[in-house]
Amino acid sequence: MNDALEFFIDPSRCIGCQACVQACGECDTHRGTAMIHLDYVHRPTGVQTTPVVCMHCEDPTCAKVCPADAIKQDEQGVVLSAAKPRCVACSNCVLACPFGVPKMQTSFDLMMKCDMCYDRTSIGRKPMCATVCPSGALFYGPRDYVEKFRREQPVNEFQFGAQTVRTKVNMMTAPGVKALPFDVADFLPFEALDEDPLALARAGAPDVADAAVWHELHDPKAELELICE
Amino acid sequence: MATLTQSDSCYTEQFGPTLSFAPAGGWGSRQPDKLVKTHCCFCGVQCGIQLKVSDNKVVGFEPWEEFPVNQGKLCPKGVKRYLQNDHPDRLLTPLVRTDSGFRAATWDEALSKTVAAIKSIQGKFGKDAFAFLGGASMTNEKAYLNGKFARLALQTANIDYNGRLCMVSAGAANRMAFGVDRAANPWSDIPLAKALLITGANIAECFPILTDHVWRARDHGAKIIVIDPRITPIARTADLFLPVRPGRDSALANGILHVMIERGWIDEAFIAAHTHDFDKVRALVAKYTPALTERITGVPAASIVKAAEIWGPAETSMLLHARGIEHHTKGVENVLTYINLVLATGRIGKPGCGYGTITGQGNGQGGREHGQRCNQLPGGRDINKPEHREFIAKFWGVPEPELPKQGLTACEIMDAIERGEIKGLLSISFNPLVSIPDASRTRAALEKLEFLGCIDFFLSETARHADVVLAGSLQEEDEGTVTTGEGRCVRLRNSVSPPGDARVDWQIICDLAARLGNAAAFNYARPKEIFDELAAASKGGPIDYSGMSYERLEQNFGIFWPCPAPEHPGTPRLFEGGEFHHPDGRAKFHAFDYRPPAEDVDAQFPLFFTSGRVVSQYLSGTQTRRIGALVEQYPEPLCEMHPRLAAKLGVKDRDLVRVSTRRGEITVPAQVVTSIRPDTVFVPYHWPGRKSANLLTNRALDPISKIPEFKVCACKVEKVADAPAQPARQFPARSQRAASTR
Ligand code: SF4
Ligand code: SF4
Repeated sequence: MNDALEFFIDPSRCIGCQACVQACGECDTHRGTAMIHLDYVHRPTGVQTTPVVCMHCEDPTCAKVCPADAIKQDEQGVVLSAAKPRCVACSNCVLACPFGVPKMQTSFDLMMKCDMCYDRTSIGRKPMCATVCPSGALFYGPRDYVEKFRREQPVNEFQFGAQTVRTKVNMMTAPGVKALPFDVADFLPFEALDEDPLALARAGAPDVADAAVWHELHDPKAELELICE
Repeated sequence: MATLTQSDSCYTEQFGPTLSFAPAGGWGSRQPDKLVKTHCCFCGVQCGIQLKVSDNKVVGFEPWEEFPVNQGKLCPKGVKRYLQNDHPDRLLTPLVRTDSGFRAATWDEALSKTVAAIKSIQGKFGKDAFAFLGGASMTNEKAYLNGKFARLALQTANIDYNGRLCMVSAGAANRMAFGVDRAANPWSDIPLAKALLITGANIAECFPILTDHVWRARDHGAKIIVIDPRITPIARTADLFLPVRPGRDSALANGILHVMIERGWIDEAFIAAHTHDFDKVRALVAKYTPALTERITGVPAASIVKAAEIWGPAETSMLLHARGIEHHTKGVENVLTYINLVLATGRIGKPGCGYGTITGQGNGQGGREHGQRCNQLPGGRDINKPEHREFIAKFWGVPEPELPKQGLTACEIMDAIERGEIKGLLSISFNPLVSIPDASRTRAALEKLEFLGCIDFFLSETARHADVVLAGSLQEEDEGTVTTGEGRCVRLRNSVSPPGDARVDWQIICDLAARLGNAAAFNYARPKEIFDELAAASKGGPIDYSGMSYERLEQNFGIFWPCPAPEHPGTPRLFEGGEFHHPDGRAKFHAFDYRPPAEDVDAQFPLFFTSGRVVSQYLSGTQTRRIGALVEQYPEPLCEMHPRLAAKLGVKDRDLVRVSTRRGEITVPAQVVTSIRPDTVFVPYHWPGRKSANLLTNRALDPISKIPEFKVCACKVEKVADAPAQPARQFPARSQRAASTR
């Protein structure tokens, strides 16, 4: 039985709604600025979005490269934002993080990143993003639940070249699930593939598109031919 | 004369939309006096939410995890909804039009002017020359009150509401098929379904909370079929995606049923015992072979067969649809042909088995139940049925012949204004200038009115044309109930009181009624009294709330109607045991042959135009275009088009394109994406003026539901200019970093 609460990210569920981003920005410590990164993988060819929160590495690269020793981990393994009195705003952490998480907040002159809603999780509540996320792409709950009920399964070890990174936050993956095409054209009838888009709308009719197709259908002879196809 | 008296920019300067970014009192100082458990106002899901209130201002939110439907989840609109409160654009006093815009007025002046105009117009041109338009974002209490006000105080037949632009096709189809208008199942049935057919419903952007329900079904092994001209975020990982050609939905449903019958995936015993007219449908769909259906719908025959293979033999199944199949001149027919797929399998009225239209407006369900429609009396009663008229006339204490007859629907009211038959209009919570198709005609109609009165909290684009604006209330400034898309009546709590001289809407209506000589029938101290009256009025009607009370709603996280007695637990799932609500207890199949949309593509206008929503905006945007963070998320309408079409037109991403139809044109940036059919373009409709998608859409109406055909018309697209060198900030503002870290 493992009922400790953990963080799980599942991009396959994400609908790109930005509730997480908007809710993160609501925190009074960062005043309208979100610590979550949400990007389209490539909007021209699809609607897949990926939410990124801090992965809270066991041995955080950002802390290792910090010359001012400003990035601390608490006893639960949560990697905190840079401590204001120490941070020299050098951006080493921003460049070094394998997941691209920390951001330099020029208005605060400080590296700020997701600290897993320290104010909430430290008193047993869920982080804000994982509370509001309508799709379950960001989920905070027991590992048992996830392993039992989710199609995707958690992974928290990542390979970046020679570096192996283990994280507190889990990424959900579904090895057996094939990626679908992102292009509507791939879902159209075969003959349509090379066709002019305008001809596609008109479906072979000389002028008024489907009214013509329809009249043709009402012609018993044409109908018979089609049924025999 | 309801013409504008100053330039649009002058109105904007004075009344907005102004973008509000930060909470009242600023960040960091938000120690709430109280947390109010209430609901989000921005869609029919009605997520539970707690509003943080400090010093009579809503300053933030906290998730409400105990509310069972959303369990703390929210979409971005819910997260930022609190920013509509304490807004710089908020109307604080009544306004009266002047030669240059508006001036503040006292309530006495504003109400007297309104009543004088009503009396003079009705005196000269008859009672029906003054119309009333209500809204489906308002509480059940106000929906009831609007209907009662129009019938008793205005005595006009012409009352309707903006739900006429929303889901009335589903409503009419529900009554025709099942004898009652409500989603048949609670949403908790979705995760229990083994097959989900989602057609014309952009769940991820319009009802985001239901996404989790769909994914949980998938976790349990459900197969998901999505039918849409666009690959929406829900379609992205569906098991089967059918890219239907706009306006061909009924043919597709007929084609799927054809295969199911051929393969024997129908429940003959259920059909014989619980339904009528299957034979007519069987005969009709015989000709809808996959090959033929492919030609009409643009969906490959193999995909049509595959859909039948998933849906036909499934153990449990749910059909979910929304505006995508309803916003058509055959909207009712589309819905009925899809309902045939449910009835043919007999999978309804059981856990994980059934059907639901997903209502889009805040009170899309309740707003259509309590009598603010031209053909309806409280309790879902029919204004044309003598026994229903008799009941309500007696309940209101008036002779039956004095109850007005059925009047015109929302778009028809606009047409009648255009023809000069309706001279005066009182509109509440409705922004027809942005939301009714063929906006140029809407503007011309508004300009013809002898009197326009608007009750609203912000000055909407329509209200700019008003003679009198009565400063009403936001959702959080009043209390009452709404009925969610699953038929659950829930309680809205009062968080703050209206600011300045603004008043709660129901008081304004009651004040007007009193000045029209109806004080006795409109004498309420609190919304609770209106609720108790509407519940009593619904007793024994098709939509029965008579067992509900505020206390019960609060104790139970809402109650599903019908709830005919104080000890009745409510009815989350309809039609259990195959008991339908037609007098003989049977459901009805409907055989509708496919027919083309009112305006199909041709050589001159060779592309399909379709419209819809984005996740960060709500309806005509009167509220959400004033919330900074939501505007930044999707700042302006874009014209989605496929790269193959873009190549043909010589258009690159973000180039400015002119989209034109027989009714008008708009110029917007292109968004070149593979997620849309190559023969179709899409523009969301939340914006006014020259960016209004409804300048293009076709005001052709469904003959039964009178819904306009928002979802398909013919257009042409031309490039106007290259993308600006410094492209407008767009989402995502950052690099494509996510791709490289996968
Ligand atoms: S809230 Fe959830 S679904 Fe929405 S963008 Fe964030 S992770 Fe994705
Ligand atoms: S808009 Fe709808 S889904 Fe979004 S938070 Fe509000 S009620 Fe929930």
